Amino acid sequence: MAVLVIAEHDNQSIKTATLNAVTAAQAVGADIHVLVTGSGCSIAAQAAAAIGAVAKVLVCDAAQYEAQTAENVAELVRALAADYSHVFAAATSAGKNMLPRVAALLDVAQISDIVAVESADTFVRPIYAGNALATVKSTERVKVVTVRTAAFDPAPLGGSAPIEAVPAAKDLGLTRVVGRELTKSERPELGAAKIIVSGGRGLGNGENYRTLLEPLADKLGAALGASRAAVDAGFVPNDYQVGQTGKIVAPQVYIAIGISGAIQHLAGMKDSRLIVAINKDPEAPIFQVADYGLVADLFAAVPELTASL
Amino acid sequence: MKILVPVKRVLDYNVKARVKADGSGMDLANVKMAMNPFDEIAVEEAVRLKEAGIATEVVAVSCGAAVCAETLRAAMAIGADRGILVDCGELSDAELQPLAVAKLLKALCDTEAPQLVICGKQAIDDDANQTGQMLAALMGWPQAPFASKLSLDGKLATVTREIDGGLETLEMTLPAVVTTDLRLNEPRYATLPNIMKAKKKPLETVKPTDLRVDVAPRLAILKVAEPSKRSAGVLVPDVATLVDKLKNEAKVI
Repeated sequence: MAVLVIAEHDNQSIKTATLNAVTAAQAVGADIHVLVTGSGCSIAAQAAAAIGAVAKVLVCDAAQYEAQTAENVAELVRALAADYSHVFAAATSAGKNMLPRVAALLDVAQISDIVAVESADTFVRPIYAGNALATVKSTERVKVVTVRTAAFDPAPLGGSAPIEAVPAAKDLGLTRVVGRELTKSERPELGAAKIIVSGGRGLGNGENYRTLLEPLADKLGAALGASRAAVDAGFVPNDYQVGQTGKIVAPQVYIAIGISGAIQHLAGMKDSRLIVAINKDPEAPIFQVADYGLVADLFAAVPELTASL
Repeated sequence: MKILVPVKRVLDYNVKARVKADGSGMDLANVKMAMNPFDEIAVEEAVRLKEAGIATEVVAVSCGAAVCAETLRAAMAIGADRGILVDCGELSDAELQPLAVAKLLKALCDTEAPQLVICGKQAIDDDANQTGQMLAALMGWPQAPFASKLSLDGKLATVTREIDGGLETLEMTLPAVVTTDLRLNEPRYATLPNIMKAKKKPLETVKPTDLRVDVAPRLAILKVAEPSKRSAGVLVPDVATLVDKLKNEAKVI
């Protein structure tokens, strides 16, 4: 039996997070089918068909899926799941919303946020904010799994899988999306960025965050992130948050500026390839995970760093 | 309107989690336990809705060992009216899994008939982030996970959710399940008089068999290990050295 991967898309393209999930699904060792659900999503379905590892794309194009609400998509996946041994999705906010609903409808346990596939039924996932790794075995007839995107490389493109239309499930009409307020940015997405510049409470306010960190991020072509403290204090929007309950990232370089390094924050970035920390407090826990630490006043050090790049 | 709030007893968020030497699980002997922080936000939200005259009763539920009664008392000290303990006996925290908890909550929703269930979005021990969504599925109710704003108007709930790209606002008809994100509210500290009052509030104990729910674990935890530690890095004296190391040692810029 095959693995069904639920795609995330914006009708035009497939999100990188789905490519990460496809790579995880490949480790199961079965055919991979990708489900694209939406309204007017045929271009996204073609994009899914171009993923090298994909054997078939299922597309369900109907008005009721325009907002891709969890209730309606889960109902559709429930109907399709009988033919699959595994259902995978990226552990993004959309995947975390929808997939547990699928698991409960199928009366199976879900395995959340896996970082490794040991075998077709055994997976590794972090618990306790990444302070422990649990190896978990499922004997459920369908393994329902969300994938930590930072733990798997994106699957390469270069395929041309067949696309098959599947009928829509019942429109449950349970929720209505009345607004989406998306942060507009020319910068790379946090989850896909090679370099992340991240700021914390030490920046003092949102204006300092912008005037100090944006020029540095621009020079490096980096994404911008933040600690919970900086988000709670209103320096930046919620979707900047890196941490146990925010975004989990693992870029090539993570530059933590004015971030002390609470365990909840470290849980979101400690798998970064290289960590740089700038903080005036030499005792800050961030220095215990930093490859390069600079004990300095960030208000002097950051402009100097930006100028010397 | 009645609101049901599930609360979980977890390792206090300030305490460093340690893996047992034999790799069989986490070492939770003699460590400080507390209410899951996201559940505290859920209780606070429900109590505020009661204080605003929108909710009439707030019922806290905890599933686990008998000691979870303490967590229910903590919820009642914030302002929940009563507590229901689903005593799962010897089953460990790792063995009582989200699907089983969702089924226990479904059984309670069937008898208590709340109009709204507010859950924490995830417990900081297993980090599963499943129970609220699973409960919504089992009830056939709408779901709004990761809420940063909740308003109720009669049978209609409007929920702003934190999503990857920003915020999303959903409208749904009650009953529904909402799960809390960090920015929904800042929970109050329970005052001593309220802690004393909470001791006198009603607390009912039921067993999974009373609710006809099989709570046996579906997933086997084969082992628990510590992640590999990062090797300690170096402190650099100034920005020039940092730039030099980034360019010539790490070769990342």
